[in-house]
Amino acid sequence: MNCELSTKSLHGYLDGELDAVRAAEFERHLETCAECLQELESQESLRSSLHRAQLRERATPAFRKAVLQSLPRPTSRSRAFNFFNPQWLAAAAALLLLLGGAGWWMTVGRAARGVQDELTAEVIDAHLRSLQPGHLVDVLSTDQHTVKPWFNGKVDFAVPVRDFADEGFPLQGGRLDIIYGRTVATLVYGRRKHEVNVFVWPDTAASDAAAKATSTRGYQCISWRKGGMEFWAVSDLAMPDLENLQRLLAQ
Amino acid sequence: MDLDERARFEQIVLPHLDAAFNLARWMLRSRADAEDVAQEALLRAYRFFGGFHGGDARAWLLQIVRNTCYTWLGKNRPAENMEFDETHHGTELSSGVAAGAPDRPQLGGSPEAQAIASEDRERLARALEELPPRFREVLVLRELEGCSYKEIAAITSVPIGTVMSALSRARKQLQVALTAPQTNVNKEVAR
Repeated sequence: MNCELSTKSLHGYLDGELDAVRAAEFERHLETCAECLQELESQESLRSSLHRAQLRERATPAFRKAVLQSLPRPTSRSRAFNFFNPQWLAAAAALLLLLGGAGWWMTVGRAARGVQDELTAEVIDAHLRSLQPGHLVDVLSTDQHTVKPWFNGKVDFAVPVRDFADEGFPLQGGRLDIIYGRTVATLVYGRRKHEVNVFVWPDTAASDAAAKATSTRGYQCISWRKGGMEFWAVSDLAMPDLENLQRLLAQ
Repeated sequence: MDLDERARFEQIVLPHLDAAFNLARWMLRSRADAEDVAQEALLRAYRFFGGFHGGDARAWLLQIVRNTCYTWLGKNRPAENMEFDETHHGTELSSGVAAGAPDRPQLGGSPEAQAIASEDRERLARALEELPPRFREVLVLRELEGCSYKEIAAITSVPIGTVMSALSRARKQLQVALTAPQTNVNKEVAR
């Protein structure tokens, strides 16, 4: 297959993903290029075999049930107070306020702790994934002026990229990750033979927060919030070393 | 999560349970492992649901499933997880085919037609399972789930242009695997 369009347009055409102009262009091309026509037919035949084979597998009803049961119970609000007599309403309302306030405080407090643990686990997982061969960086560069523009158009926020080679933490590159179900920017720093992943995403709803350090599963995590951005640094480095990098990043 | 949120989750995310299971099943090549991982992914999705601000719920869920799959592979089958490039691909991988067998969907038609169809299915399933994970996932998302390039790009965190080139290479490799003599599929693809 030597025709340039066979790699550039054929599959987009097959999948109905070309815009009208490019599709028309490719159709004109098919009139004169036997090679592409043959390849298109062969791809269509592969696709229909795939569809005929009905490879998609469904979850069993038992599994569906198991998933439903495994989901944590929702926090239900008590509805009993709705049926109180009018003369009790005031007292009930006051009690509700009190209980509700306490309940809200406890729920939010617990939820916040849960989220923090969940995030720690997510971030460590992402760190482990990045250590798989070929996964550490998408853009390999020690130059912050190369790494910063690489993120443009890939994430919808400005990524603060700085190199700390002089301080012993050379920038190695950048990467995209998914944390908490959203795309985040990841900066990779080196420290002797160790790698540090710094995950960055915007969190404009929350105010600045001081650095929190935790150690789990042999990895150290430091998280902080500054200027509407959430930062998570993860590494197998010793905590004091990681704290040095955190101080540089938070400056 | 309160009752309303829970209802919203059941309404928006749970309908994509089959898609979640199917992606995990092909990524892990085993129905049993796929159930474990899909369940874990659904739990994660449930916890992260507050961070989901509308949009394509299937793509959002599949993104979490895919991540959970790679994390699981990294922990449980580290050798396999490294096989991201098409040149390095082992022969020990056909074990998952048998694991998928018991719950095969019923195919219609005469007994003869069924036999041929089931043989074809087996061959295609095996060839698909032999592909490197990066190729397998785009084919599963495109051909089995019918995802658009935009959705695949979101799920696999790559630019749309990369989706098309990955699909083109995946399909070519699948064709090569299917035209190779059946018993030697493993070796042909391997080296």
